[in-house]
Amino acid sequence: MSLMEFDDALVAFDPVLGLEVHVELNTASKMFCGCANAFGAEPNTQTCPVCLGLPGSLPVVNARAIESAIRIGLALNCDIAQWCRFARKNYFYPDMTKDFQTSQYDEPIAFDGFVDLEVDGEVFHIEIERAHMEEDAGKLVHSGFTGRIGDADYSLVDYNRAGTPLIEIVTRPIRGTGAKAPQVAKAYVSYLRDLMLALGVSDVRMEQGSLRCDANVSLMPKGETELGLRTETKNVNSLRSIERALNYEIRRQAALLAEGGRVHQETRHWHEEGYTTPGRSKEQAEDYRYFPEPDLVPVAPSREWVEQLRGTLPEVPAVRRARLQETWGFTDLEMQDAVNGGALDVIEATVAAGATPQSARKWWLTELARRANEAGVELAELAITPSQVAAVQALVDAGTVNDKLARQVIEGVLAGEGTPAEVVGARGLAVVSDDGALTAAVERAIEANPDVAERIREGKLAAAGALIGAVMRDMRGQADAARVRELILARLG
Amino acid sequence: MALTTGDVGRLGELARIRLTPDELAHLAPQLDVILQSVATVTEVATADVPPTSHALPLTNVFRDDVVTPSLPVAAVLAAAPATEDNRFRVPRILGEEA
Amino acid sequence: MSALLRAGATELAGLIASGEVSAREVTAAHLDQIAAVDDRVKAFLHVDGERALASADAVDAKRAAGEKLGPLAGVPLAMKDIFTMQGAPTTCGSRILEGWMPPYNSTITDKLLAADVIVLGKTNMDEFAMGSSTENSGYFATHNPWDNALIPGGSGGGSAAALAAFEAPLAIGTDTGGSIRQPASVTGTVGVKPTYGGTSRYGVVAMASSLDTPGPCARNVRDAALLHSVIGGWDPRDSTSINAPLPDLLGAVERADVAGMRIGVVTEFGGEGYQPGVEQRFSEALAVLEQLGAQIVEVSCPNFEYALAAYYLIMPSEVSSNLARFDAMRYGLRVGDDGVNSVEEVMNLTRGAGFGAEAKRRIIIGTYALSSGYYDAYYGSAQKVRTLIKRDFDAAFDKVDVLVSPTTPTTAFPIGERVDDPLAMYKADLCTIPSNLAGNCALSLPVGLSPDNGLPVGFQVMAPVLADDRLYRIGAALEAELNRNWGASLLDQFADSPAGAYLNVGSIR
Repeated sequence: MSLMEFDDALVAFDPVLGLEVHVELNTASKMFCGCANAFGAEPNTQTCPVCLGLPGSLPVVNARAIESAIRIGLALNCDIAQWCRFARKNYFYPDMTKDFQTSQYDEPIAFDGFVDLEVDGEVFHIEIERAHMEEDAGKLVHSGFTGRIGDADYSLVDYNRAGTPLIEIVTRPIRGTGAKAPQVAKAYVSYLRDLMLALGVSDVRMEQGSLRCDANVSLMPKGETELGLRTETKNVNSLRSIERALNYEIRRQAALLAEGGRVHQETRHWHEEGYTTPGRSKEQAEDYRYFPEPDLVPVAPSREWVEQLRGTLPEVPAVRRARLQETWGFTDLEMQDAVNGGALDVIEATVAAGATPQSARKWWLTELARRANEAGVELAELAITPSQVAAVQALVDAGTVNDKLARQVIEGVLAGEGTPAEVVGARGLAVVSDDGALTAAVERAIEANPDVAERIREGKLAAAGALIGAVMRDMRGQADAARVRELILARLG
Repeated sequence: MALTTGDVGRLGELARIRLTPDELAHLAPQLDVILQSVATVTEVATADVPPTSHALPLTNVFRDDVVTPSLPVAAVLAAAPATEDNRFRVPRILGEEA
Repeated sequence: MSALLRAGATELAGLIASGEVSAREVTAAHLDQIAAVDDRVKAFLHVDGERALASADAVDAKRAAGEKLGPLAGVPLAMKDIFTMQGAPTTCGSRILEGWMPPYNSTITDKLLAADVIVLGKTNMDEFAMGSSTENSGYFATHNPWDNALIPGGSGGGSAAALAAFEAPLAIGTDTGGSIRQPASVTGTVGVKPTYGGTSRYGVVAMASSLDTPGPCARNVRDAALLHSVIGGWDPRDSTSINAPLPDLLGAVERADVAGMRIGVVTEFGGEGYQPGVEQRFSEALAVLEQLGAQIVEVSCPNFEYALAAYYLIMPSEVSSNLARFDAMRYGLRVGDDGVNSVEEVMNLTRGAGFGAEAKRRIIIGTYALSSGYYDAYYGSAQKVRTLIKRDFDAAFDKVDVLVSPTTPTTAFPIGERVDDPLAMYKADLCTIPSNLAGNCALSLPVGLSPDNGLPVGFQVMAPVLADDRLYRIGAALEAELNRNWGASLLDQFADSPAGAYLNVGSIR
């Protein structure tokens, strides 16, 4: 598969994005029945005639799901329908108990909204076409070594997930993102995730599937206005994957178009190794034969109810950010870095645990960001908690460790060696504050570097740095450099 | 509006019903006749007439978000043509990536 | 024993409650009748003898313990095989569900069991309720007790035949386009389509969701009212169910007074295509009503002309979607799973083998009507016709209290006569369909035998949404007057005649 360099691709083409995000609601029961809506139960233990679609069964709408849908719509600045219906989306698949999905078609509960995102100082206005309610299907497991559908002799179905309430949020085509397209997509999904958490409607864990993203992208040759054919990429299971997948698709499509080829309108599958492969062809679109769901009656939320729900909305992320920036005293650039690094929550928690905003920012955006990147995980997934980070900073503030040693403490906590204090103890990382030991080390350094010592005596105080370095090495870093300098100057000055 | 056997066969596939050549031959003209007679609805279904999807004007029928007991697994699987590991076993699926 | 078979539900309930007769005796008598005549009538797909007797014993024990019995306690009932009931197969007359044992009861099943009604078994029907003759059953055809070479109507022919053969005093069915009323008409029994939403559809295998209405079947109006009041009412598990109390149906039967009522005759339901004998008995019934003090007027419902067409678009569309779940994955027939065939192939083969011709016809029509490019012209247009039909009803009910018509244009026709002519078969539903489309209630009762062939003729009463009591008020009045004129009900007369001798229910004279 040939790929064009990303920058070259962006010279020739303008990417146009389309993002479809599915949010699994955290209602106690399913969308249309009273089965528990919980992750991880034994197969087929959370099913009933309704979600199994048994002959004769009928759906009844979960009131809390409607409430969550409306709140999500409001938080996305959408209009809420005065009157809308569910519709049947008809197609056959073994994970579909009724072989139709009860969804919404031309009457979504929320529509015409928007989200304003800031990415690296640039604001992108993302239009939300609709947010609608639907139900999830069961889960398929494929036989055979690879677990891949193409290699399987047969498959096994667990219907626990069938009937879970979903909200599907669809953007209008997103133009003008240029080279930032992958980041904008990632920022958008990250924003939705923050929003859902703030609303308390979903635990939005991409690794568990309670937040899913299908990323659509097409390329418009520069100067043209007609949209190109797009691909839809599925199986992007993390924020990083969204960015990587879009980066890949843009490069792949650019290469294809540059060679005079055609982009196939199709669904592609993202592989974590770093590429996409084609799946179902969208050229012959399946005919879903939508019609209004006859087993359910229309949903007509009163304006009073909508306004009452509007009153329950939490602080919108943009407003929260402004407030935090003010409280923390960050510059715009510092705030941007924090947002882009996905560090707002952890910084907030670290500050709550007693650290200063600047120290929290420093740790999360430098040392910890580096480690997260290396491990390929999000900050929140690192094996160190915000309280522990605050504890590390407290150790530095108390003089127990210096910055360099603090990094080793962090390494120890991440490695599972215990709390910061335990790591300091176990590894013997405490800064030596015993002047006697330090003085002895200073003597050894002076003795080993007589010419440097001479220069210091002559008044070239800058040379002290070399001696400080020697002492620090001698002390295996477990010394306060400032105190060492004092001792050196006192001895030689 | 004449339906060919090809049309009927395609509709059959869409509905996941394998129709024999005999059935196809039989069905196409029958369906044609039926469709012609029902097409009369367009005569009166003018733009100013709203559609009715429900006999009664009910709205907002909801249930509280309360968990109720599920079926025991044995009951769920009892009628299954094939099972394995407490899951429904289904024949291999073509074409799509999961 | 014969007396027990002749008795209606109300009478039997009284005998059991008073202790004059045991519930076991009553159930045993009906099981014996089934054993004696069902080889000829073929009303039942499944007889649940042991459980029925056990249930009867339980009623007897209750009575012996001094517990108060409900108004239908111990009364046997035949259940159309479209209602789920644990412990017995529910097949919907289809091979694709052969032997399916549902893990749950329909709401109506629960209500019947709670009322101590004795379910004798599941009755035959056109496959998934699609048909007007029960010939589309995947198992066998049911024969009209009046003449075994004739159809008993459909889709609920089994239930109606069971009543007419004195195999049960009560039956339940579902009416989507006339499937309760038309069989009632051709078997000389009473069948009611309640207001849509007035009886719960939970656990009733769906055919056309916006039209399906479970309803009571009996040999007389009072029994139907009694059964209706037991099975009706709001069900939180059915979102389309009406959250309002039922009107006083038994009170309406007691009242049975039509003086001053305005009765509208639908002008579109008559003339060409209507059997002269049917029209004659219909007119005579109108005359009786007039004598009883009702005012008869003619009402035109011009959009009723399009009802059949709209129905045969809406219904197949919903059917095509409702029947998609029969895909061999979770229950029912599975064909072609040889370890090589794909799931798509297994679905294709299973449905090709498991569905009958009419089911396939309607699924294909429905698939077509809903497909992109055709939705507006077909399904979309049909939904508009539905609005027009509602408007016709609304306008009519401004002028009259009820509308009336023959239930169906002809008497029972021979088995096999219309199987190859779907359109001819569909015409049996001409008069019944509009009520399904609009959702209002309707009742059919026998008003005579057609002079040309001596077969039962049905009279249909249609009342506004939620005015089910009006059906029983008029039905009871008409029935009482006719029975008085005849000296005995039509079915009793038939049972006493040579043609009915095989039913062996003795003589009431």
